Amino acid sequence: MMSTPRKDKIRILLAKPGLDGHDVGAKVVARALIDAGFDVRYTGLRQRPEDIVIAARDFDADVIALSVLSGSHIPICTRLKVLIDEYQLSDRLWIAGGNIPAEDHDCLREIGVDAVFNTSSSLTDIVAAIEEKILENAR
Amino acid sequence: MKTQGKTKEDRRYNESGIEIKPLYTAQDVAASQVDESDGVGEPGAFPFTRGIHREMYRKRPWTMRQYTGFGNAEDTNERFKYLIRTGNTGLNVAFDLPTQCGFDSDDDMSKGEVGRVGMAIDTLKDIETAFDGIDIQNITVSMTVNGTAAILIAMYLVMAEKRGFDPGRLRGTCQNDILKEFVGRGTWIYPVVPSVRLVADTIEYCAKNMPLYSPVSVCGYHIRESGATPTEEMAHGFCIAKAYLDEGLKRGLDIDEFASRMSFNFNIFGQFFEQICKFRAGRRLWAKILKEQYGAKNPRSMWLRMIAGGGGSGLTIEQPENNIVRGAYYALISALSGAQTIALCCYDEAYTIPSEKAQRLSLRTMQILIEEMGLTDTVDPLAGSYYVETLTNEMEEEIVRIMSDVDERGGIVKLISEGQIQSHVSKGAYEHQRQLENGEFRKVGVNCYRVEEDQPSVEMHTYKVEDADRQIERLKRIKTERDNAVVENALSRLGEVASGTENMMPAIIEAVKSYATVGEISQVLKSVFGKYSEPTIF
Repeated sequence: MMSTPRKDKIRILLAKPGLDGHDVGAKVVARALIDAGFDVRYTGLRQRPEDIVIAARDFDADVIALSVLSGSHIPICTRLKVLIDEYQLSDRLWIAGGNIPAEDHDCLREIGVDAVFNTSSSLTDIVAAIEEKILENAR
Repeated sequence: MKTQGKTKEDRRYNESGIEIKPLYTAQDVAASQVDESDGVGEPGAFPFTRGIHREMYRKRPWTMRQYTGFGNAEDTNERFKYLIRTGNTGLNVAFDLPTQCGFDSDDDMSKGEVGRVGMAIDTLKDIETAFDGIDIQNITVSMTVNGTAAILIAMYLVMAEKRGFDPGRLRGTCQNDILKEFVGRGTWIYPVVPSVRLVADTIEYCAKNMPLYSPVSVCGYHIRESGATPTEEMAHGFCIAKAYLDEGLKRGLDIDEFASRMSFNFNIFGQFFEQICKFRAGRRLWAKILKEQYGAKNPRSMWLRMIAGGGGSGLTIEQPENNIVRGAYYALISALSGAQTIALCCYDEAYTIPSEKAQRLSLRTMQILIEEMGLTDTVDPLAGSYYVETLTNEMEEEIVRIMSDVDERGGIVKLISEGQIQSHVSKGAYEHQRQLENGEFRKVGVNCYRVEEDQPSVEMHTYKVEDADRQIERLKRIKTERDNAVVENALSRLGEVASGTENMMPAIIEAVKSYATVGEISQVLKSVFGKYSEPTIF
């Protein structure tokens, strides 16, 4: 049986793609992840898909987390998927959260997002889901 | 304890951290008075606690100005006309993110964003289309735009002039509060100092050429949405407003030449009495600041003219119908607070931009207050209540304390540049989220009275990709039809002005007239000013 990975080794890149300026949720989640023991890097606003994959590669992120509230999550993730493959980051956990209607969750999963959260997801659930998925990946 | 809730001993606090007693009497009112001269006073007279006008809504109800805009200018023009037909008395324009951030619809940064959260504007042509057939003399237009505000004001002015309006009589408002964009909302473009210079240019230009136009609407609103308490919202808003006033004075304007055109935008979600007292306290404090600190003589300069509305952060994705009830209370808060304008959030806002049905419901909520509930019959009906007057005093004292603290720490511009205000407010949001999750802060349908829900039963606004394609085609067409030599001249002239210290508005207006795009104009300014980069702390 694999040993539990140490959380301080788990690096999370939290990115705000596109032009959406709603960063309250991203910052709240970033604080929660830091308090939960993860190593978190927050990109700030207005990241192009290229900026995100480069940041993820340079940080050697285990988790790529996106926060989108403008409604453009599908076009953003579609573009990002191509780059994630190109940069050979498809083994990393990819999660997305924000104002994402339930009917879009399946579409995002099909694109390749591993877990989708919405504005009512609790911090506890987000932290737990990341831990669980990271464990799954480690097995 | 500094946030809303109650302790084991049943001591209760509002969100601003002020303790609420089980009973208030005349002694509390007297003991809490900030300045002896204040008293309850009269509406329409300094310090305006009870309202900036003598008769308030009796003479004219608040302006109902629902926030709208999506797709391209044609779609939005149709929705504007619908809103006017259903009884809106003003327009509150939403722009898409590329327009707000200074990118054209065909820019790579704009992919997937064109027309999504507001109307796409590339050139003057779009503004002409958006307001075609709308009586802009009687339906005043408020534009929610900041980073590109100077461009949009110029477009609005040129459109109005082409339709024969005298700029001297042109009314309207632009949000144009860039400092708060660095704290929340995030549609900044340039670094802090040149961003503030652009705001000051619009203030100076409007004071001299469009004296009835309100070039800035200072927003405590988004700072509150970002996690600030109600007293922090007002205090930070006032600090920002003072920063703009100081810029106007530096340009050599007399305070009474431009202070009366400063307007405000505050939020209405939260506790009922705390919100109402926030507005009463703010109105009084702002009047005192203008009179005592700025030496204003014209009472109009002392007026806290405000849109009190929105409230989206109070809405929940759970049990969305509850948002209809919340919206009704929020509207009542505004009506009891003496707001000049109300834009009420819509129950489906936690999901998407509002549908027509949701917009109409918010409008009807306000109309019911006016037509059925008697809310416009008398001024400031809560005045004289022991609780309301005491809490008004206590809120004022707390706002003053926070403002002094900001000043002592170096002032609002410095603290925003360093990311200090952002960090403080985001800590507040985190703390609030934790309290929601541990149940200390009660939210119906979220952490109490939950039900198992399936798909939400809200009818959603859908985004149409074709609208974005049409917008890009239209932009291409304009670029071929316009005289590109004139555009280039205008842009290079703007570049020169921006590199110096002259007011940039005349050059921006010339660029707009040549049908230069929002993206082209912004690019010129970016090449001179550079781009803002966010502080690393959050």
